[in-house]
Amino acid sequence: MDEKTIIAKRVAQELRNGNLVNLGIGLPTLVTKYLPVGIQVFFQSENGVIGMQPLPEPGVAADALTDAGGTPTSIIPGAGAFDSVTSFCLIRGGHLDVTVLGGLQVDEAGQLANWMVPGKMVPGMGGAMDLVSGAKRVIVAMTHTAKGAPKILKKCNLPLTSVRRVDLVVTELAVIQPTEEGLVLLEVADGVTVEQVVAATEARLIVPNTVPTMQLAA
Amino acid sequence: MSKVTAIEAAVAKIPDGATLMIGGFMGVGSPHRLIDELVRQGRKDLTIIANDTARPGVDIGKLIRAGAVKRLVASHIGLNPETQKQMIDGAIDVELVPQGTLAERIRAGGAGLGGVLTATGVGTTVAEGKQTIDVKGKTFLVEEPLRADFALISAWRADYYGNLSYELTARNFNPVMALAADTVIAEAGEIVPVGLIPPDQVETVSVVVDHLVARSN
Repeated sequence: MDEKTIIAKRVAQELRNGNLVNLGIGLPTLVTKYLPVGIQVFFQSENGVIGMQPLPEPGVAADALTDAGGTPTSIIPGAGAFDSVTSFCLIRGGHLDVTVLGGLQVDEAGQLANWMVPGKMVPGMGGAMDLVSGAKRVIVAMTHTAKGAPKILKKCNLPLTSVRRVDLVVTELAVIQPTEEGLVLLEVADGVTVEQVVAATEARLIVPNTVPTMQLAA
Repeated sequence: MSKVTAIEAAVAKIPDGATLMIGGFMGVGSPHRLIDELVRQGRKDLTIIANDTARPGVDIGKLIRAGAVKRLVASHIGLNPETQKQMIDGAIDVELVPQGTLAERIRAGGAGLGGVLTATGVGTTVAEGKQTIDVKGKTFLVEEPLRADFALISAWRADYYGNLSYELTARNFNPVMALAADTVIAEAGEIVPVGLIPPDQVETVSVVVDHLVARSN
């Protein structure tokens, strides 16, 4: 299983029946492929729809139905469409159960940086700042390191997306829960030791006496 | 009562240096014909307020490529490297605004409000130079309203009076922008007789639409 699949499968386990869920672009969109059997959620696309699902087959794209990256998509029966004002009322107003976002850095305070690298990459925050400020649960889905360098740091040195503490960080090595006391190591991936996770993490990790192994469907 | 205007005449009303709100999200629900005509007429020094600048050479990306934009207020330019390059080179002054804040600032502009209070951006670079206000123990940023000289709107369907309805994710910023500009110019996929759009499906009322771009049929 490659690292992105591990992350997407583990994140999918966090979704509950009936949840309104917003997935960031890139890795988080893979989560749609691994929803547990019997779980139905509404995926929101911030450009104005809930109930998004992938196109059932090529050749059926509608010009006026795309995801937030402008790529043609489809919707489930029971979907709803709305303008950008309403879309962000859902996001900021306490209606969005879960947002899953990629990350550049997360720190010991559980704060996320994911929208710019000064001088190099200035894509803009899009909806990320509203999502992190407003969602009931914020899950960061990211690789544990970038080119060998830790992404989970004592203190983010990139501009923050929000001062809000995120709720869960899922990587290919571990599941980490930011708390008031610090980052708690909840799970390690199959075949990965606690020591390996600690070595790949700059931030101090709170390690309970027993750390269970991530359970993923085959 | 008809607002139908030839596209050349509608765009000719927009002077160089104007501030424009342009609907659309990554080119979906953008007023394609109005953007093309702005480029054809060689308009320049524009301030654009829009969610994004689509992709290079596409929709608002055409205005960027043409060098027609001097200032941009947007939430995301990540999929248009030409915008990023012009920003880094100093050719365009870019103000990046969180998407929900952008929508609410435009709404405030169109709704006669003095601004909005939002928790989005508190403690980040977005908050620099902005006032904060505590309400019931929570800190909010004061975000000022946005208005424009012109709003360029794309609708799915219009009637002869300029009542507009929209389709799916092509709706996005169009309805709110149609309330926040001194002059509103709309184009539509089709223009139908008055009465064919049921009142409940009129999402932008004709009274705010000044010009409806004629179709070429």
